[in-house]
Amino acid sequence: MVTSSILVLFLLGLTAASVLAVAARILHVKEDPRVVSVEACLPGANCGGCGYPGCSAAATAVVNGDAPPELCVAANMETATRIAAIMGSEVQFKEPKVATNICSGGSRANLLFDYKGVEDCRAEALLYGGEKSCGIGCIGLGTCVKVCGFNAIRLSDAGLPVVDWNACRSCGKCAEACPTGAIRISSVASVLLHLNQTDDCLAPCMQKCPAQINVRRYIQQLKQGDMRGAMLTIKEHNPLPLAVGRVCPAPCENICRRKIVDEGVAIHTLHRYVADWEMQSGTRVNLHCNPPSGHKVAIIGGGPAGLSCAYFLRRVGHEPVIFEKREHIGGMMRGIIPEYRLPAKVVDWEVQTILNLGVETRTGVAFGRDVTLADLEKEGFEAVFIATGAWKVPPLGIDNDDAEGVLDSISFLHGVGHVYTDLRGKTVAVVGGSNTAMDVVRSAARLGAEVVALVPCIQRKMSANKEEILRAVEIGGDLRYMTAPLAIEVENGAVSGVTYCDLAYDNPEKPVGEPKPVSGTKAFVRADMVIAATDRLVDDGPLCDAEGKPMFKKDKKTGGITANPTTLQTDIPNVFVGGEVHTGRSILIQAVADGRRAARAIHFHVTEGAVPEPDNQQVQVIPESILKDMRVNYSIPRVQEPLISMDERRHTFKEEVAGSIAYEKARKEASRCLRCGLTCYDADAGAEYTLDEDVTVINAPGGE
Amino acid sequence: MDYFMLFVSAIFINNIVLVQYLGTCPFMGTSKSTDVAIGMGAAVIFVMLMATAFTWPLQHYVLTPYGIGYLQTIVFILVIASLVQFVELFLKKVIPPLHASLGLFLPLITTNCAVMGVAIMVQRSNYSFVKAMAFSLASGIGFLIALVIISSIRERLDVSPVPTVFRGIPVALITAGVMSLVFLAFQGMAA
Repeated sequence: MVTSSILVLFLLGLTAASVLAVAARILHVKEDPRVVSVEACLPGANCGGCGYPGCSAAATAVVNGDAPPELCVAANMETATRIAAIMGSEVQFKEPKVATNICSGGSRANLLFDYKGVEDCRAEALLYGGEKSCGIGCIGLGTCVKVCGFNAIRLSDAGLPVVDWNACRSCGKCAEACPTGAIRISSVASVLLHLNQTDDCLAPCMQKCPAQINVRRYIQQLKQGDMRGAMLTIKEHNPLPLAVGRVCPAPCENICRRKIVDEGVAIHTLHRYVADWEMQSGTRVNLHCNPPSGHKVAIIGGGPAGLSCAYFLRRVGHEPVIFEKREHIGGMMRGIIPEYRLPAKVVDWEVQTILNLGVETRTGVAFGRDVTLADLEKEGFEAVFIATGAWKVPPLGIDNDDAEGVLDSISFLHGVGHVYTDLRGKTVAVVGGSNTAMDVVRSAARLGAEVVALVPCIQRKMSANKEEILRAVEIGGDLRYMTAPLAIEVENGAVSGVTYCDLAYDNPEKPVGEPKPVSGTKAFVRADMVIAATDRLVDDGPLCDAEGKPMFKKDKKTGGITANPTTLQTDIPNVFVGGEVHTGRSILIQAVADGRRAARAIHFHVTEGAVPEPDNQQVQVIPESILKDMRVNYSIPRVQEPLISMDERRHTFKEEVAGSIAYEKARKEASRCLRCGLTCYDADAGAEYTLDEDVTVINAPGGE
Repeated sequence: MDYFMLFVSAIFINNIVLVQYLGTCPFMGTSKSTDVAIGMGAAVIFVMLMATAFTWPLQHYVLTPYGIGYLQTIVFILVIASLVQFVELFLKKVIPPLHASLGLFLPLITTNCAVMGVAIMVQRSNYSFVKAMAFSLASGIGFLIALVIISSIRERLDVSPVPTVFRGIPVALITAGVMSLVFLAFQGMAA
């Protein structure tokens, strides 16, 4: 029995072994020793951040050439170098990415559900569609914290995830686990190139700002004393904070949610405060720039749009060259906007910050005259951004509008201080109601002239900033609303005055459309100079080809070059356009926004060949953000900018009219910010100032 | 009707894991996610069918006629182990993703008492070859169902407020116990 047992088992074992031996021979899988070596280099986190199911699969992908040596998100450059050595290749630059939380709402958004059994965001969202009425905001149960394999996320006291950027390996687990998309993985380039989308958690101010500046974030950073962080937040969307902080009409403030209960937050003042902090510190905040990509881009025009485009292109890694007709970079910011609003030294500092990033400039080069599209193409520029602005002031179109003493606003403002130094005893008539017109009024008044402005509409309908109108009146400008010039009167070949008439709307109760002249209202005003400041148009002279035909289609309404509204791409695929040459006369922040939009499009154009339209792009204010009713608990009076005295205004051009505020005031103003999301806001904002005399408790916190 | 009852019996009434308590190791080890559970279940069905297909003739044409039935256990272990090795070689060559996802658990089938148990039960019940194959298929399906059910529950448990000390295998064992009680309710439905 023993013998037969041994024999049977031996034979069976032999058979099995033989079968397996044959099978092993036939089914043999040759393993690349490099896979083993590469896998040994990887940290074995198996996090999946690289997009492969584990380190083994990632190593196979590297060896097969499907992934680069620097694919591992959890490893450092040393690992990538070791893998590259195994593969005999070189490590490419990999832009660092980190997770960021876009929600500031926390538990303040309206609670829809109160289910006690679930303690996980995914489950809550799965079962009940999320805790909040806002589909974007953080639910606050910390699923992201649980799934993070690198201990890079914690929940703050307010129940919001805080990412430790040093520990984050951007593996993407948190973003994957977050059911509302409140956590995202982003790099500097992706933040710079991101356009607002309806599925972002956007405060109303951020929606209204053409440049899409993350207002609530920089205000919070300012409040916490993180000025560098605030500056970096602003510079994610605005490379010209000093200029914008001085001359922007701040559309963001008009829609500030705080306006429902008291005055809106002085966003513009805080913006300027942060910008001034950097300039006054004397050192520039370091900005991350990707290494040069080798893609060259020509930018025609060194104004705000051109500078903005150059700045963003450089930061994402391209090589922009600015071609400027004048000797100075800065466009209308330098020499046209008066010194008392935007000093040249401020513009120079700001421009230098951008040039320091590695932006090349060629001044004294006029497009169409010294350089053409063909020349640029020949020189190796892969894309061209045209931002030549709107510098042409249309003639008034009335009798004697070319008489001696009739000027356009740009020439006048350009000559203030050197051509026009003293206008005492003279009368200046200004025609128009734009910001430029108000600049003319103020400058002429400062030079000692008596100024009369013929404004063709009611004050509310003027395109000038409210502040500018106020300053023009304060300094003695006689603004005659609802008037239009009929003819310029001439004596001995020079201007002697303007005859004008009154205007009226068809329905004075509802001032819509263009007002019409009222017969029998002819009047005369004596004037030694008449300055046309009605509008500014695009000078299309340089935008024609060699045969004199226009190269681009023009928008009849704005007079600007037509282009795709998202990509700013013209009919010539590698030519982009932005700023006033596209929009017609507009505000500075719009030019900055256009520069960024164009930089995004150019980036995709030169790297991928096509410009993707972002999904769900936010083009108008999202209805959820316009709350009709709200309650806040503390009312703090809005900060007032310090202004120099009227006497000083009359005697100096160099001093800025509006000054910067002190840190304590800025901090207190920042605490008025409600940190809004789409539907949420911080009703307790400003609680830390309860004991101040000027703070009023409106509602008891926590009460109904 | 015979085959129907055989299936119902093997899948539910005498479920290999929840009633017979065989193959608990892969039942716990591979039931964290439903995807892996389905892969493991499919592999077990395949190995069970192969094991029965090989052990049934071995029993009927070698062990029983030559009076060496006492070698059943050791012979079956040898055959099943060889088979699993073969399957591993096969999967590695032909379906590498499945091989990668099963990873450590495939060799586990070598010593999986569920496979061994089914092979022995088939002999004890004196099933014909076809019935034996049907029984092992049904047992495999029973294993797959049990695995899928517990993996679905465990996926939910992962996001539920389980006390820290009970997280993972402890709560899975408790769940398996409750599931066993549920499956015991099938007892008495048929022979």
